[in-house]
Amino acid sequence: MDFIYIIKRLFYGVLLMLGVVVLNFLLIRLAPGDPAVVIAGEMGGATEAMLESIREEYGLNKPVLTQLGIYVANVARFDLGQSFFFNQPVTTLIGHRIGPTILLVLTAQILAIVLGVVMGVVSARKPNGVTSAIVSVFATIGYAVPVFWTGIMLIILFASVLPVFPVEGMTSVRLRDAGLLVRTLDVLHHLVLPAFTLAIIYLAQYSRLSRASMLEVLGSDYIRTARAKGASERSVLFKHALRNAALPILTVAGLQFGNLISGALLVETVFNWPGMGRLAFDSILRRDYPTTMGVLFFASFMVVIANILTDLSYKLADPRLRGR
Amino acid sequence: MDSQPTQPQIAAQSPAREAWIMFRRNVPAVIGVILLVLIVGATLYGSLFYQGDAFSIVWAPHEPPGVTPEFPLGTDYLGRDIVAGLLTGGGPTLAVGLAAAAITMVIGVSFGALAGFYGGWVDNLLMRITEFFQVLPALLFAMVLVTLFSPSLFTIAMAIGVVSWPQTARLTRAEFMKIRELEYVTAARAIGARNRRIIWTVILPNAAPPLIVSATLTIGVAILFEAGLSFLGLGDPNVMSWGLMIGANREYILDAWWPVTFPGLAIFFTVFAVSLIGDGLNDAFNPKLRER
Repeated sequence: MDFIYIIKRLFYGVLLMLGVVVLNFLLIRLAPGDPAVVIAGEMGGATEAMLESIREEYGLNKPVLTQLGIYVANVARFDLGQSFFFNQPVTTLIGHRIGPTILLVLTAQILAIVLGVVMGVVSARKPNGVTSAIVSVFATIGYAVPVFWTGIMLIILFASVLPVFPVEGMTSVRLRDAGLLVRTLDVLHHLVLPAFTLAIIYLAQYSRLSRASMLEVLGSDYIRTARAKGASERSVLFKHALRNAALPILTVAGLQFGNLISGALLVETVFNWPGMGRLAFDSILRRDYPTTMGVLFFASFMVVIANILTDLSYKLADPRLRGR
Repeated sequence: MDSQPTQPQIAAQSPAREAWIMFRRNVPAVIGVILLVLIVGATLYGSLFYQGDAFSIVWAPHEPPGVTPEFPLGTDYLGRDIVAGLLTGGGPTLAVGLAAAAITMVIGVSFGALAGFYGGWVDNLLMRITEFFQVLPALLFAMVLVTLFSPSLFTIAMAIGVVSWPQTARLTRAEFMKIRELEYVTAARAIGARNRRIIWTVILPNAAPPLIVSATLTIGVAILFEAGLSFLGLGDPNVMSWGLMIGANREYILDAWWPVTFPGLAIFFTVFAVSLIGDGLNDAFNPKLRER
């Protein structure tokens, strides 16, 4: 039963990715001008020989459907073309950048969920108390601050006033030859500010959501039962209530993943974090469409995988959904 | 309307009026309205009281705020007046935010209404399309659209609208699925109303409260979105906006904090005001939630 569900879900994911590939293809075709010139990028005049080789590779002299077929077949082999600006295959370029992005996005997500849930639970205990009011105000503020601006403000603060965290990049040049442990700690040290910046917006959302969700659960009968049988307050809050309040949080966490990647794009640009967002920014400014489309493809791929994982973990978390 | 003699005096009990009374009592929401009126007023009429061109170089670069009385918030890296930039840049930021939110609502409500009302294969098809758009990371997709079709205020608003509608579609769909089963929809059908009439004049007005809240919050998101695009250098280069001010001065933040801080605060206060209003509307439409 579950096995069939997973297969179905994977198949659907493949269909979605096929949609993304077709969209990429259409976007290149819809862009004004000769597609070969679009692919070569507008930086520096591409030579006629170069354009000819692009036309050959993408089959641009053939009918549109054949072109689409060639494009899909190439992507299926993870061949996303050649970046003419970086002079590297797009897949290689992204391969170098995907790790830092995943590190940043996952750290921010975990940070946001853990802190957000704690804040939400604490404020749900006394919904009319001072803590609750502070959490609500913080949530509204966190929602309204532009993420790149938060990053810049943190850079100003930590670069000049309080220089305890590095404000740029992912590694220190002076530690290039140090041991693995030192280099790992160095990356984590660099990760603090970008991850925190990215987490702030979602932290606000999760705290709000878990507060509402907890309030709803805390009013239910089984909580009264748990209290009546003498369960400790901590056990009621974190075992009985939170487990049931967690489902909406999980749903939103899955849905937020795409937005998180969008946010990462801005944060990576601000902090010069060497991830896919920074690559997208660089390639878009240089009109390097193969790279841009490649990033769009891989970013969507990450979202599809995240959605599948959310669905599966949803089943694990809610016994009522198993066997369906 | 109230003064018409044929209308019975039930206006005081209409849901809209009830919501308005609730809204008025909500202190944060009223603060939001005042804040927003001040910001919109300043961007619309500020230039009447404060002369200055946002693009022209008027003073030495990086003049700190509060030093020269003519330039109360100082100058940026080129020596352009920051107050003038804030006053001029607000208009485009707000206009794009509003337009993008409107586009988002039109696409989202149409998709959601049709999917929720008809169900079956229509629902299936429209929701698959919605899911597809949810898979694409919004900012990245919008960046691609804006670069492919050259940045102008129109393309930016369109791009933001095209990438932001799925959530509205889901919300509308859920409302429509709930309402289409209610008695007054059956009653409307019984007196011979056609589908189109039921969708737009029977169900939609009753689904309006959550959609109005969502539209308000969407304006805030769209403003942040526009700021992000301008910050990345994908805004219209010929139009001053708050995001552009931050993006242009970004390289020099360690020399001068003020050229990025003030536009950021302007964006923050605008979105903050809009979301206070959105929350206030939400509370006003759902009196039961207020007890929490």
